[in-house]
Amino acid sequence: MADFIRDNNNKDGIDRRGFLQCMAWAGTGVLYTLHGGILKSLPLAQGAAGGMQMEKMKGADFSFIQISDSHIGFNKEANPDVTATLQIAVDRINSAAAPPDFLLHTGDISQLSKPSEFDTAEQVLKSAKASRIFYVPGEHDVLTDDGKQYLDRFGKDTKGKGWYSFDHKGAHFIGLVNVVDLKAGGLGSVGSDQLKWLQDDVRNLKSSTPVIVFAHIPLWAVYPEWGWGTDDSEQALGYLKRFGSVSVLNGHIHQIMQKVEGNVTFHTALSTAFPQPAPGTAPSPGPMKVPADHLRSVLGISHVNYIQGHHSLAIVDSPLA
Amino acid sequence: MKRIKWIFGLAAMVVTAFACTTGTKPSLAMSPGDKPASGATVKIDNFSFGPANITIPAGTTVTWTNNDDVPHVVTSDDNKMFKSKALDTEDRFSFTFTKPGTYNYYCAIHPKMTAKIVVQ
Repeated sequence: MADFIRDNNNKDGIDRRGFLQCMAWAGTGVLYTLHGGILKSLPLAQGAAGGMQMEKMKGADFSFIQISDSHIGFNKEANPDVTATLQIAVDRINSAAAPPDFLLHTGDISQLSKPSEFDTAEQVLKSAKASRIFYVPGEHDVLTDDGKQYLDRFGKDTKGKGWYSFDHKGAHFIGLVNVVDLKAGGLGSVGSDQLKWLQDDVRNLKSSTPVIVFAHIPLWAVYPEWGWGTDDSEQALGYLKRFGSVSVLNGHIHQIMQKVEGNVTFHTALSTAFPQPAPGTAPSPGPMKVPADHLRSVLGISHVNYIQGHHSLAIVDSPLA
Repeated sequence: MKRIKWIFGLAAMVVTAFACTTGTKPSLAMSPGDKPASGATVKIDNFSFGPANITIPAGTTVTWTNNDDVPHVVTSDDNKMFKSKALDTEDRFSFTFTKPGTYNYYCAIHPKMTAKIVVQ
């Protein structure tokens, strides 16, 4: 952690070597700030993990927490007690001096869409000190009844299969569903109905409005071979091209990944249940088994700070241990 | 030999009794010379169907078993002909193919998983 970027010819705070070091830090607590397409990073000392990271950043207009992939009901070797690790995540949220404005849950709340799993998840999440939790479904949440149970519990007042938007302190949030009506051989799918809605939803927004999109499956091609991407994401993001600042928050892949493309920054969150392998490093994207005493360091939540006038969000990925 | 004849005799009696009570052809009861009911198995391992392509005679029942730590949903490409519930680890799903043809299928929640059954 004492290491630093030595060669910085572009004076942009990052070089290839530094970038690789940043990636190595991911999962041990890294503060990423993304300004106008330039990635800057600051490693956070392990000892400060419980305090500094979870505070609202100085100067931030507001902050929120992204929580993802709780998989309540999963009980295999990779994590026999996913309820306990979700509770730890909630405890971490509650230990912050300044509570977040709200939580975003980016899907896979449950493992098998069972009522008992949803009950347990709701019970644990209810104890989070947050005025509201916004959800989008993961494919594990819509396994029965065409997703009706998910909509009844987590998607009231949403459109279609659970998509919606809302405004918060000048920023426009868009929750997309890309886990239903998936076609054989394909990836995640937004679908024509939702694309049409999205186009209408942003039609009257000023281009200076910061836009934050959240959905379960990554809206960029992380690794299509494992289904880690969305077939019609380009079309969806095409409607957002004119905006000066677009942030895309996803889950699904149980690891931190990010990409900056023009004015769009992409970020995926850790799971609170189990890690998954880096793209192509295992025979399949199934749950990755790690030593029990290492598990909490590869699970976590994301603390997202919004600062007015900045092009992008500052995201702190905070592991549970 | 005597014992075998006795068993056949008993089997015949069972078949007769079954036929009498239901009034239909006792297709499930076996009589000497019948072939055993045909079946084929497909295993789901590491997010793939194995074997990915199988050829079976009409009337074959295919049984899928999920060996992964994550659920899968076996679904015909048309989403109508057959669709399993979410199969948790070790769960099974069976479907009997009665008509010849080529049937493509996939996992409804991991659509990159595709496979094919040819019925002759």
